[in-house]
Amino acid sequence: MTSTGRLARLMKSEGVWLFSRSPAAILAAVLTFVIVLGALLAPWIAPTNPYDLASFSLIDGLLPPLWEDGGDARFLLGTDDQGRDMLSSILYGARLSLSIAAMAMAVALLLGVGLGLAAGYFGGRFDAVVMRIADVQLALPAILTALLIDGISRGILPREAHDDLRIAVITLAIALSLWVNFARTARASVFVERNKDYVQTAIMMGQHPARIMLRHILPNIVGPLMVIATVDLASAILLEATLSFLGVGLPADSPSLGTLIRIGMQYLLSGEWWILWIPTVFLVVLVVAINLLGDFLRDLFNPSLR
Amino acid sequence: MVGFILKRLVQSVFVMLAVAFLAFSLFKFVGDPISQMTGVETSLEDQARLREELGLNDPFFVQFARFTAEMLRGDFGYSFRTREPIGQMLLSRLPATLELGTVALLISLIVGIPAGVFTALRPRGLVSQSILIGTLIGVSIPTFVIGILLIFLFGVQLGWLPTFGRGGTVQIGWWRSSLFTTDGWRSLVLPALTLGLFQLTLTMRLVRAQMMEVMRTDHIRFAIARGVPWRSIRYRHALSNTMIPVITIIGLQFGGVIAFSIVTESVFQWPGMGLLFLESIRFVDIPVMSVYLVVIAFFFVVINLLVDLLYVAIDPRLRVRESV
Repeated sequence: MTSTGRLARLMKSEGVWLFSRSPAAILAAVLTFVIVLGALLAPWIAPTNPYDLASFSLIDGLLPPLWEDGGDARFLLGTDDQGRDMLSSILYGARLSLSIAAMAMAVALLLGVGLGLAAGYFGGRFDAVVMRIADVQLALPAILTALLIDGISRGILPREAHDDLRIAVITLAIALSLWVNFARTARASVFVERNKDYVQTAIMMGQHPARIMLRHILPNIVGPLMVIATVDLASAILLEATLSFLGVGLPADSPSLGTLIRIGMQYLLSGEWWILWIPTVFLVVLVVAINLLGDFLRDLFNPSLR
Repeated sequence: MVGFILKRLVQSVFVMLAVAFLAFSLFKFVGDPISQMTGVETSLEDQARLREELGLNDPFFVQFARFTAEMLRGDFGYSFRTREPIGQMLLSRLPATLELGTVALLISLIVGIPAGVFTALRPRGLVSQSILIGTLIGVSIPTFVIGILLIFLFGVQLGWLPTFGRGGTVQIGWWRSSLFTTDGWRSLVLPALTLGLFQLTLTMRLVRAQMMEVMRTDHIRFAIARGVPWRSIRYRHALSNTMIPVITIIGLQFGGVIAFSIVTESVFQWPGMGLLFLESIRFVDIPVMSVYLVVIAFFFVVINLLVDLLYVAIDPRLRVRESV
């Protein structure tokens, strides 16, 4: 089939039809798109570079947003105590938060789907071990797992190495606390499909197990996996923000959204509301938008709920 | 029945042994206790002697057995950072966390279950739709932001409630409680709400999904066909079937409450076990971390065991399956 044919078929599909009739989903998609685009293009569209110490000065400290009295035209959303432009900090922070969350989600997806498919396909002792680990993991809330992994890594790695590997550690901690849902979905689908004729035929034809799992079984669960991936992306963003807020995530010199909120907490009692509330609102809007998209996808792939 | 309980008990013991093993490995392989305990001026021979005296040269499994035996006797060792016995540190922090968690759990159940039933019975109503959108936002707002919002609203703007610490406490034996003074309750309101709101949204969504599922089953349809009054169908037939999973919800939520109490305690500077754990991570206080892990795992295992037992007691179908 040609690519235009595919596109035409996609445009006529049920999903697009439902999407065009759901104002919440459209709004959520637009918001997510704008935020992701802003985060991706941060180095080019942000007015200043918040990591560059020469680009801001203390003289501009604690300026309110443009629409308040005393606002400065150079700083649309005001500045923090160091004179850093809030808009730039938020764009760069979102960039960091989103890339950590996306990487963690991707690792969790690969790990979970791989283990789940293999566990379902090979069964036996391997399956038992993987699923017991998954059970334990599921009983432990994600934030606890992530905190533990961070704590252990602090103990194992020397201090300098830990600071350098901060982003990798956080990503891994989040990924390891989110893989279970993927694994369970993948494993369940293997159990459903394994005894069907087409899979049995493929086995008899002597196809490689990896090929059977990836080409024949995996396509059945693309929908549910997309739903989990979307919801988990939101969870990953929240986890990272929470870890950074607790002060065990990213350090203050490379602030993510959570770190910005932690810094802003110091201004809770003073008049400089924008330092705390603008990053907070930004984070909440981002997560609500992604969760709305997840809800829409869930309804789409589960017609009985419609 | 007895066989089932025994099987679950044995499983629980194995889980605890696995967790103890993990905690011990943490203790054994992360950081060196001798270098933590001695200064620069301690000679190498003295260090070696101390190592021998403390039994750190014994085989791995001998040390593990000793570790487990000491844990069972309630001897949890000493913190690297404060040099205090960890058992006492945890015990003094335990009441704060338990009181906070219990009140939060009660809030989540007392509001969440009726709200879930209501939204399941009137899924298309305006009120239900608003509640549902509300919970979606509730799930998306991180716990710490809820905490900040409440502090800002009731602590800073209105000035009604204190925003940190436990307020006035009463000592009953070793249990320091904030439930017996007005001041203590006032301090408890905001943290408990923060912790409870997130759990509330979960409870509501679970109860709603379960109730909607039950309303679609055959025995409900049959009851409708028989002409049983709606009241009776909804609150007798459907609700009793919905309530069985609620026990699991409470069990699961306990885990959530413990985990998120770390965040809540941090926002409100609530002197509980979560704050202790967070400090132990920040200062790489490995003994405290591993003991916290064991204690939390113990809570989880006990709760899960109770949930399983209650299940058998409440759901007749499980008993039938067991005897077949």
